[in-house]
Amino acid sequence: MQGRVTRAGAGQGRALPPGAWVVPAAAVGSVLPLGVLLLDAFTGQLGANPLQRSEQQTGVLALALLLLSLTCTPLRLLAARVNVRLLWPARVRKTLGLSGALYAFVHLIIYGLDRGFNPAGLLVDAVKRPYITVGLTALLLLIPLVLTSRKDSVKRLGFVRWQRLHRLSYVVAALGVLHFWWSVKKDHSAPLLAVVVLLALFAVRAVLARRRERQAAPVGTARR
Amino acid sequence: AIPGRVYRGPYDTTEPVSRISDITGYNNYYEFGLDKADPARNAGSLRTRPWTVRIDGLVRKPQTVDIDTLQSWFPLEDRLYRMRCVEGWSLVIPWMGFPLAALLRRIEPGSKARYVQFTSLADPKQMPGVRDPVLQWPYREGLRLDEAMNPLTMLAVGLDGKLLPNQNGAPLRLVVPWKYGFKNIKAITHITLLEEQPKTTWSTAAPDEYGFYANVNPAVDHPRWSQATERRIGDLGRRKTLPFNGYAAQVAGLYKGMDLRRNF
Repeated sequence: MQGRVTRAGAGQGRALPPGAWVVPAAAVGSVLPLGVLLLDAFTGQLGANPLQRSEQQTGVLALALLLLSLTCTPLRLLAARVNVRLLWPARVRKTLGLSGALYAFVHLIIYGLDRGFNPAGLLVDAVKRPYITVGLTALLLLIPLVLTSRKDSVKRLGFVRWQRLHRLSYVVAALGVLHFWWSVKKDHSAPLLAVVVLLALFAVRAVLARRRERQAAPVGTARR
Repeated sequence: AIPGRVYRGPYDTTEPVSRISDITGYNNYYEFGLDKADPARNAGSLRTRPWTVRIDGLVRKPQTVDIDTLQSWFPLEDRLYRMRCVEGWSLVIPWMGFPLAALLRRIEPGSKARYVQFTSLADPKQMPGVRDPVLQWPYREGLRLDEAMNPLTMLAVGLDGKLLPNQNGAPLRLVVPWKYGFKNIKAITHITLLEEQPKTTWSTAAPDEYGFYANVNPAVDHPRWSQATERRIGDLGRRKTLPFNGYAAQVAGLYKGMDLRRNF
């Protein structure tokens, strides 16, 4: 039952089996850094301040994967503009997004460990320190996205509502970038790169949305 | 803790010495890169001999002196100090050096001198990080004259009984154990005495985050993080940060009547 629905939705009759490796590859690629991190942790390769190092690494990986997952749809739409039909971006989008969320939650756990799992202290941090407030907000907003990432969630919510909910991912990414920017002591080159990527994604989506609106306009109104 | 070296002077901590590989491998020294492992990797290009230090300003005996001559003027002492970084981590470091006060007495500050300014080397050929304008080069630091004369304040030329490794500030660095680590300027080439408070690198780069005094103070947070606790490198947990990094008995008197919340 479910299989039939999926096949009909994804391929519209055109079967593309070569893409089958894409999702597992994305999953393995996403989780691999976590494996390396764990290996480094157990072999003492994380330097003098291992908690801080793993906190930074998981944070950067979370943001990078979330931004990558947000790149999928614009990439597919841009390719479609030049008549190239890409199927793989839509297939890896969820994997990348969920992996990003995984790193974000590991990041939170390490942060908690770093502060000795002191709930009062965490609460004070969350209220008093804007970069923590922003980071925690991003994490909380990730929760509904993770919970509605199952295949049948779209059906249950209805596509329009599901899509509207998942636009939150842009808010999460923006908050994540801000959190990154504020957490850096001096060198802002990496957060700046994240800002540029995020702005580029916003720009592509804005331009494509405007074109779609223009094309959807009723016959008779100005059209090139 | 270190065979053959005894730290039982009046200012030495009885806490265990940090691992030397952590002391020499985990450094903030932006002249050699922004990552804490960068200085150990990159500081090999620094030539610390020949090296001269210019001492001038409001002093009776201004001079330029070779580093080997300078360190031969004073008996070298071993001192085991805590070092607390403004980022919230700390080390226990076995320095070797001499009190800054001894040098100042020798060059005789003038009656108008109230501050001491220190300047680092900034040579892009030897220091790859200097090509990156992440801070204003050369690195500058300063102390009030009474802080500089305090017996805790020292100029270090060695670590663990040997000459300073380059990444730790060779050939000459300041050690002020009750202040955050960034006050401890490395690779000093110039010491000058002034009447006015000098501009310092970090307080210029981010005046709302780093002040001139930079005394370790668990009650005054960095705008973005708490200063109440610290991680001693090597520990998993955190410990409470002590006022003046545990040296309040020796230095609190220097700040009597001052609002340390404003003069952070």
